Amino acid sequence: MALAPSKDTAAAKDTAAKGSASDREAAPARPPSRTPTRGFWSSTIGKKTVMAVSGLVMLAYLVAHVAGNLKVFFGPEEFNAYGHWLRVMGAPVLHHQWGLWIARIALLAAVGAHAVSAYQLSRRDIKARPTRYAHRRKGSSYATRTMRWGGIILALFIVWHVLDLTTGTVHPGGFEEGRPYQNVIDTFSTWYGNTIYIVAMLAVGLHVRHGFWSAAQTLGVGNARRERALRLTANLLALVLTAGFIAVPVGVMTGVVN
Amino acid sequence: MKLNLRVWRQKNSGAEGAMVTYEVDGVSPDMSFLEMLDTLNEDLILRGEDPVAFDHDCREGICGACSLVIDGDAHGPERTTTCQLHMRSFRDGDTIDVEPWRASAFPVVKDLVVDRTAFDRIIQAGGYVTAPTGSAPEAHATAVPKADADFAFEHAECIGCGACVAACPNGSAMLFTSAKVNHLNVLPQGAPERETRVLDMVAQMDAEGFGGCTLTGECATACPKGIPLPSIAAMNKEWLRARRKVR
Repeated sequence: MALAPSKDTAAAKDTAAKGSASDREAAPARPPSRTPTRGFWSSTIGKKTVMAVSGLVMLAYLVAHVAGNLKVFFGPEEFNAYGHWLRVMGAPVLHHQWGLWIARIALLAAVGAHAVSAYQLSRRDIKARPTRYAHRRKGSSYATRTMRWGGIILALFIVWHVLDLTTGTVHPGGFEEGRPYQNVIDTFSTWYGNTIYIVAMLAVGLHVRHGFWSAAQTLGVGNARRERALRLTANLLALVLTAGFIAVPVGVMTGVVN
Repeated sequence: MKLNLRVWRQKNSGAEGAMVTYEVDGVSPDMSFLEMLDTLNEDLILRGEDPVAFDHDCREGICGACSLVIDGDAHGPERTTTCQLHMRSFRDGDTIDVEPWRASAFPVVKDLVVDRTAFDRIIQAGGYVTAPTGSAPEAHATAVPKADADFAFEHAECIGCGACVAACPNGSAMLFTSAKVNHLNVLPQGAPERETRVLDMVAQMDAEGFGGCTLTGECATACPKGIPLPSIAAMNKEWLRARRKVR
């Protein structure tokens, strides 16, 4: 490689040579950004493990939730009775509503752990890749690329969903505790109720599609042999959850549920 | 062939960089991508300009020195190293974008050269086996099951070029680290440090400021040596196992 073209004085030559030598020689090797630690929570794999486990807890809940929701197609008596059973779940060992509250607390812990690890990992990921390529290519699948925004959409949806059908705070029409059948019909009789719900359920499907498979990889269950089975299970779960949940507003809209 | 190159030029790690356009004429389709850059550099030197700095060494795809993100792909459009990429993969008159690896753990030293010492420190943290040195041991003294030998070899192919980090939207070094961990952890020679290796290498990887894995699979797609994505799951498994064993 050539140095900068020589100038008339020796001094100029000297500085040119020095300048270009320091350009080429690496600055002192970049030190690690912090001291290594073997801690569980400080590790990216540890945080991912928390995310995987909390995600699977929520996923298990969603499977139970969709099964319960589909009872709406068997009429108000059965659906409302199911709602009542949720309150006496675990009786007589558990006191009235204790089973429900235990489930709620476990879910809240799962949502919290999932969100905190997602936030911390995302911040780290963005910091690790601050410069974008000038030539950008599309890359990974839609489900993979929308995990972060999908997660935020789902968090907002959960807030609305609880305020709508659990507390009744933002419920359209008169919210009646203990009469979930009527409440569901109220919500899905509004255009925005249907829109929010259906968009969120599509987001659930996408999130589960990449999330379930990813959780398997994070927990070390994935390998080349199980790849197909895991992908298939993830897709199946996503499809069943999305279709199952969306069936309810569609049922109300078409008058099957009334 | 005549090409338009848009190359990232940056004087040093502290300076601002920019994409600069060059025209390269007289490119043969049989040239490697690096030979095409040599042609450009000869031209720049003749014109009294600073040649484009890029890393290269063996030029036969086995050392891991060459890098470059070409048209958004680490090592370019073919699944090989940049030195083994030939100009026949491009067409006359193409505009080609050439950029350095992008990750905060791989700061740009100059132009297309990045500092990859973070990888060296990950290796130093545990990417070795403790064994008496001296004459080579009898090859059959330690039996290795065929499946394990194949698994180890598949991961030993990693040349540490950093394409996985460059391709990852999170700048994560999980594929590199998993290749090194899996390679040694499956073999009897690596067994004494099986737990500490994965814990220390992952700790070092995190300390270097690489991002976490979101399993986009970009790394395995970019890897010139075909390290598969399930390697990451295998390392996660080793890490969780080591966490349970080491307190």
